[in-house]
Amino acid sequence: MKIYVPRDAAARALGADAVAKAVVDQAARRGVAVTLVRNGSRGMVWLEPLVEVETDAGRVGFGPVEVADVAGILDAPESHPKALGLVEAIPFLARQTRLTFQRVGVVDPLSLDDYEAHHGLKGLRRALGMTGAEVVAEVKDSGLRGRGGAGFPTGIKWETVRTAPGDRKYIVCNADEGDSGTFADRMLMEGDPFTLIEGMTIAGISVGATKGFVYLRSEYPDAIEVMTEAVRVARARGVLGASVLGSGHAFDMEIRVGAGAYVCGEETSLLNSLEGKRGVVRAKPPLPALQGFMGRPTVVNNVISLATVPVILEKGAAHYRDFGLGRSRGTIPLQIAGNVKFGGLFEAAFGLSLGAIINDIAGGTATGRPVKAVQVGGPLGAYFPVAKFGTPFGYEEFDGQGGLIGHAGIVVFDDSVDMLGMARFAMEFCAIESCGKCTPCRIGAVRGVETIDRIARGDAAAIPLLTDLCETMKDGSLCALGGFTPFPVMSALTQFPDDFARAKEAAE
Amino acid sequence: MLDSQHPLQPRLDEIIGGLRGLEGPLLPILHAVQAEWGHVPQEALAVIASALNISRAEVHGVMSFYHDFREEPAGTHLLRICRAEACQAMGGAALAEAAKARLGVDWHGTTADGGVTLEPVFCLGLCACAPAAQIDGRVVGRVDADRLEALLKECCA
Repeated sequence: MKIYVPRDAAARALGADAVAKAVVDQAARRGVAVTLVRNGSRGMVWLEPLVEVETDAGRVGFGPVEVADVAGILDAPESHPKALGLVEAIPFLARQTRLTFQRVGVVDPLSLDDYEAHHGLKGLRRALGMTGAEVVAEVKDSGLRGRGGAGFPTGIKWETVRTAPGDRKYIVCNADEGDSGTFADRMLMEGDPFTLIEGMTIAGISVGATKGFVYLRSEYPDAIEVMTEAVRVARARGVLGASVLGSGHAFDMEIRVGAGAYVCGEETSLLNSLEGKRGVVRAKPPLPALQGFMGRPTVVNNVISLATVPVILEKGAAHYRDFGLGRSRGTIPLQIAGNVKFGGLFEAAFGLSLGAIINDIAGGTATGRPVKAVQVGGPLGAYFPVAKFGTPFGYEEFDGQGGLIGHAGIVVFDDSVDMLGMARFAMEFCAIESCGKCTPCRIGAVRGVETIDRIARGDAAAIPLLTDLCETMKDGSLCALGGFTPFPVMSALTQFPDDFARAKEAAE
Repeated sequence: MLDSQHPLQPRLDEIIGGLRGLEGPLLPILHAVQAEWGHVPQEALAVIASALNISRAEVHGVMSFYHDFREEPAGTHLLRICRAEACQAMGGAALAEAAKARLGVDWHGTTADGGVTLEPVFCLGLCACAPAAQIDGRVVGRVDADRLEALLKECCA
């Protein structure tokens, strides 16, 4: 009997370890031979811990499972009140297009054999039979754009590094997923780490880099553990090393741990941090593609961008490109979070409307109260009111509405949220996390908090000042931290003016 | 430099020796030092600086830039509560206030008996089971005041 209990951090945060132990104990008590697999999460977080039992018909799910449920699941699975039927038939999962996440939750994360049995390494094997230029062309043709948030075409970045002169080149994976509401990188690294290794290896052999780094945030101890072990396995099995799969191409990688600085998710401060410096932003140019890690040509890509490369090489650029909307090609792993009924990861082609995602897929709020605001794209993303729920999910589409999709995190708030408070938090966060290089960010964020406090005390004259300050931060900051903090602040102010006026009445 | 009798020196030399060959070894060294002693002892900075051929000021600048590195040891238990937006949407701010009141400390504070240090964290990636907290490395989702009380009792009783 094969039973799956996720080892994903969200499942563990909801009690999966105790459930896994109960499965082993209860099976032993019954004399039943059980193979326990600690898989990744399927992404249906409201059902975690989601226990799956392999049957002839497929994998049958139970959730959310508590320790007390385990005996019943082993004794009478069909009639168990938490039985969910075939996991892949659950509508939340059945409606998705899983390309990047095809194996997450399905496979044993640290079994390279399981990985290969589920199409793993096909992309890399194909890439090894092509020239670097051909691989880069394939990535370009797929339309893949940077999933970290900036949306820069991945293939063009690779082409710049491939043709840049340099005796040493690097692949750096940005796994500093600090945006609130996002957890796709974490889920992928914990649930299918070999996909990221394969993606980085393909990047390495196609641009001529022999060394890769994953810069992984310290807040993700589970991901650090799984990735570190996966690199060890990949090295032992010849996927990494002096001759990748016997091809003669060398590529190896290291896992590096961040140290709690949000700004290190910005690529140039990440590179400084990796070099052992303060995580201060660098001016661009020079582009990291030409002078990146240690001044050498460097590909810096987000986890999801790199982990999508294997499926593009496996199925071909056209297969990937045929999904999507406008200039946003392929699929996007939406992360639905905050005050929602059905929160989790939903990979779908670009183009779903924000309203469909929140009402239809996420089932509205967890509290049952009306939705008031939705922040898309992390702490630097704009707040959207319900009136903008028609916006289709795509880079240009969100930009056109004064927002951004960022790393595709969607945080839902019910009508109890005070938007002045959220605007203040955005400024406070920027003040705490600013690297200090640019004055508009370092000083502006502090003044922003003070100015919002003035508005909260009923001083309406401070509103134009806040607007002016946001303009200065937007135009005068080197990176997105200072430059984009105005998005949540100004969207709160312009879309929810009552929250800024009500504070005035309260003060009088 | 420490004199050779200093109790930190032998282990510190080992740590630095094992990591100095990395490209950009300073963060891995600081992490290893903190893992060993629970904080970065300030007398270690000069040793690290000398081994990497950089100034002590540079090492201090790097360690003080990052929230993770502590100059002083934390309490016996470290409680981190997420302050980010997704957790706020599910009552994270109220949870943080409850924790502060329960422990009688503000952010970064340690209880008088040295039992618990309270730190803010900006996102544990548990945004679909908010609010989230982490106690001594173990992550917990959907934390409310009762759950918090149970966690504190469990670890600090």
